[in-house]
Parts: sequence; structure tokens; C-alpha cells
Amino acid sequence: MTQEKKQAKHIQIPLGERIFYVADDLLMIFLCVLILVPLIHVVAGSFSDGMAYMTHTGLLLWPLKPTFEAYQSVIANQNIWTGYGNTLFLVVVGTSLNMLASLIAAYVLSRRDYMLKKLLNLMVVFSMYFSGGMIPFFLVVKGVGLYKSIWALIVPNLINVFNLVIVRTAMLGIPDSLEESAQLDGAGHFTILFRIITPLILPSVSVVALYYAVAHWNSWFNSMLFIKDRKKYPLQLILREILILSDTDEDFTMSETIQFATIVVATIPILCVYPFIQRYFVKGVMVGAVKG
Amino acid sequence: MSTAVRPSSARGSFLHRLGRDMKKNWKLYLIFLPVLAYFLIFKYGPMAGLMISFQDFKAAKGIMGSKWVGTKHFINFFNDPYLPRLIKNTLTIALSTLVFSFPSAIILALLINELRSNGLKRSVQTISYIPHFISTVVVCGIIRDLVSRTGGVTMILHTVFGMPVNNLLYEPGYFVPIYIVSDIWSNIGWNSIVYLSALTAIDQELYEAAKVDGANKWHQMIHITIPCLVPTIVIMFILKVGKMFDVGYEKIMLLYTPLTYETADVINTYVYRRGFAENVNFSYSTAVGFFNSVVCFLLVYVTNKITSRMGGNSLW
Repeated sequence: MTQEKKQAKHIQIPLGERIFYVADDLLMIFLCVLILVPLIHVVAGSFSDGMAYMTHTGLLLWPLKPTFEAYQSVIANQNIWTGYGNTLFLVVVGTSLNMLASLIAAYVLSRRDYMLKKLLNLMVVFSMYFSGGMIPFFLVVKGVGLYKSIWALIVPNLINVFNLVIVRTAMLGIPDSLEESAQLDGAGHFTILFRIITPLILPSVSVVALYYAVAHWNSWFNSMLFIKDRKKYPLQLILREILILSDTDEDFTMSETIQFATIVVATIPILCVYPFIQRYFVKGVMVGAVKG
Repeated sequence: MSTAVRPSSARGSFLHRLGRDMKKNWKLYLIFLPVLAYFLIFKYGPMAGLMISFQDFKAAKGIMGSKWVGTKHFINFFNDPYLPRLIKNTLTIALSTLVFSFPSAIILALLINELRSNGLKRSVQTISYIPHFISTVVVCGIIRDLVSRTGGVTMILHTVFGMPVNNLLYEPGYFVPIYIVSDIWSNIGWNSIVYLSALTAIDQELYEAAKVDGANKWHQMIHITIPCLVPTIVIMFILKVGKMFDVGYEKIMLLYTPLTYETADVINTYVYRRGFAENVNFSYSTAVGFFNSVVCFLLVYVTNKITSRMGGNSLW
């Protein structure tokens, strides 16, 4: 019975479509291979013997003379661990403050009944499309006394307007009646914001938190401009010395296998968190990007 | 006479109303105060700082004490021997991103959507999102290895197409392809999420009805899938165009060398170098950045105008 059904189904699909389906499968598998090969190369390289890698050419799919030597020197590198610490601080403290500021801003911008609403919204949105640029930004940060402080990586980027718009849009989608009844019960703005609204838009909130966290994790340019003390370097700035400057600057020369091991050590944490957050952001991205 | 009186009385009543509004909503305004301060200092402060592009700014003298020189820096920029190169490179990289990276995510979403096996669908999604979580510095580190003299990509190009064995990052001709291919590698999966969500939102009955009318896969794609995707595509396009002139300068800075400035140096990397690295001049660098900001703003504005006139899909 089921066999017959399957056959019937098979016959219904025209040849052209069947070829398309097979081609599609193959193409997607090929794409996955293309995406994974550089990563496999890095991991294989990180477990390889330094001398063996030097004389080798082309891609690696398996370590050459497997060894943990590269990892031993990465683990012994104090800079990587202080960098990790600084980045962790940026991600945790920075993202928390980002979210606090963005939630409050989005809350006020999404209220209906006050006069300056249009003006404030315009002020915020305009700053998304026009900016003063690199030098004036640098001068302002320096002017308020944040130069050479790790707070220069948090305070000046407290709110990303694009993220703010995502949260505001989500808040606008909540029926007013909910807040009105809370107001009648005597709830203040913070109670309404954190107890009623935030739980209702949790998918958008977590996506935006993810955006902020990834931005902190990735950022190196502002750190390069503002941080001068190597003890305060975030991880990415240390990585830049090891991966980028080592090619051109003799002060930083580093063997390839150690570079690979550094990449693995610096990327593993994010990839470990990734499966857990994937479900969240796939749901949430839609919320922001399409309506935002 | 009366016309002179009316505005002032209207203004008075406006202030009056504002005062009443402030009194009524003072708590709301109060919690917004830190946000307002943030925007005024860190977003509008730099905009006000653009005026140093009309000065010979000296840090020691500050904005108040520096000499005003009018449009000198802008005129110098328009006569800068590097200007044609900067514009050409910025446009080349920006347009290549629009032509190659932008559609790649749409095509990937369509192809994932057509996969019949749910397991394969999920695997392709999971794998293609991974590179987005690898930091720019690390991606550039990997690129540097792959295109070095003995790197994997160099070797493949050598054996398959007989290209000479060289470090491709030192060859101007390879810079844009390297930039674009790695950009697609990093973002294709992540950027496809939006389109995939839009695709799953399409009413399946549309397809059933089309099948009854004898439409094949191709017809369904042209007449149902693509039209349903257009609003999303338009919005993503506007956002992309707005960022177009901001071409990933952070990534370029990690990949270029003086040997490849010829094809890799863009407006923003030049702003950085003239501001912090070589031949430093804050005022000149600010003028170049100002030019860039204005062009960006006009681009978004015009794109938004055009698309809203065409189909009613706009950001505002």
C-alpha cells in the first residue's frame, strides 16, 4: 500500500524537477564542504608539528605528525588570558548596560501620549543615517576623559540605533490595554517596562542581546584607537598581533601552527554557545529585520 | 502687524502646552534623560565636531582656539591625487558586494527552501551560520594563511588554472575577489535567515492553487515565491545601500598592505590613515569623512525615495 503510494508520488514528479532536486541536494552539500574546509584546515594545522607544516603546501584535512606543542605555547601565553578576561568583562558588563539603555530608550520612544515623541524619534533615527565620522568621534571620547580606559569601549557605544529600533518595534506590537490596566493598578514605568513588557518581547530582547554580545566579542578597531595599555587589550587586539601583525612585523613573528591553535582557543567558546542560541536567533531575526 | 504677533502667540501657547506635557509626563522624560544625554554627547557631539573640517585644528588649542580656514580641506581633498583611486576602489568594492554578496543569501534561502529532506535542511542552516560567529580578525588570519605562497587556495589556483605561485595578498588584482569571496563565506548563511523566515511565512495554499492550475516549479518560483520575497528584499537592499560606502574598512585594514593600496584603499581606510597613521591631519581627515557621511546619507535618502515610489516599501 505505502509502496504503491510512494511509486505514485514518484511518477507524478516530472523529470526536470527530479533533476533539480538532486542538483539542489548536491549543491548544498558542496556548499557545506566549502564552508567547513577552511575550518578543518585550521584545526588540523593546530595539531600539526611546526616544522612539518612549514615544508607543507596546500590544505590540510588531518594533522601532520600530531602534537599538542602549539597548544602548550598558546596556553603559556599570558596575553591571551588577560585578553580573554578583558573581553569577558566587555561582553558581560557591556551587553548588560547596552540592554538596560536600549530597553529604557525603546520604552520611552514607543509610548503614545507625550508631545516630544516625534522629535525624540527623529533625533534617534537620524543618528542612524548620519554620523560625525571617525575623528570627531575620537575627539569626543577623548574629550569626556575616556581615552585609554576600557569604558571607552562600552559607554560611547551604549546604544546601537538599529538594535534600538528592533526593540521599539517589538514594544509597539504589544496591545496598549495591558499597560493601561497596569497603570491603573499604580505600576510605575520601570515596573511596566521590566515586569510586563520585557517578558512579552523576550525573543526580540534576546536577539538584540546576542547582537550586542557578538559586537563586543568581535570589536577590535575601537580598542586599537582607545586602548594603549597592553594589560587592557581585549582578546581581538591580541589576536591581531598574533595573526595579522606577525606576518609583517618582526616583533610579533609566530609560527603558523601556534597561530592556528590560537584561533581554535579563541573561537571555541563562541562555537560552544552557538547550538544553544541558534534556535533563539532564527526566530528573532525575523522580528527585527523584516519589521524593523 | 498682526502677522508679527501671531507667531509669538503661537509659540507661547506651544511652550505652554509643552510645559503642561512636561508636568504630566515628567517621570517619562526623567528616565529618558540619560538616553538623551548619551545621544547628544556621543552621536550629535561628533556631528558638531565636523566643524573642525573647516579649521586647521590643533589639539592644544581646541576647537575654540583653532584657526578657521573655510573650505580649504575640501578643496584639497577634491584635488587629492588619491581621490580618483579612493572613489574607484570604494565603488568597486561596494558594488561587488551588492552584485555578489547580496543576492547570494537570497539564492541560498531559495535553495534551502527547496530541499526535501528536513535533516539536510537543518544541517545546511547550522553549518552555514557558523562563519558569522568567527571574528573578523580570525577570518582575516585564516585568509592570510590560505592565500599565502604555500596556502591552500594558492595551491588550488596553481594546479587547476596554472596561476603563478605567489602570496595573493600582495597582488592588487586579487584583493577584491578575496574580499568578496571571504565576505560571502562569512555572511551567506546568516543573511539568508531573514529570507528563509519570509519564505516560511508564505501561504502554502497559494502553491496548491497554482499546482491545480498546472503551474510547474519554475512558474511557482517566478509568480509566487519571488513576489512574496520582494518586500523583504527591498528593505534589506535599502539597509545595504545605506551602509554601502562604509565598505568593511575594518576588514580591509586587516588585509591590505601598501602593495595593494592601488585596489584596496577606500575612503574610510584613508580617513584612518590620515587621522592616525601617516601624514596625520585631523581636519583634513574629518573633511574626507564628512564627504563620505554626506554621500552615505544621500544614498539612503534617494534609495528610500525611489523604492517607496515604486512599490510602497520603505523604511519610513
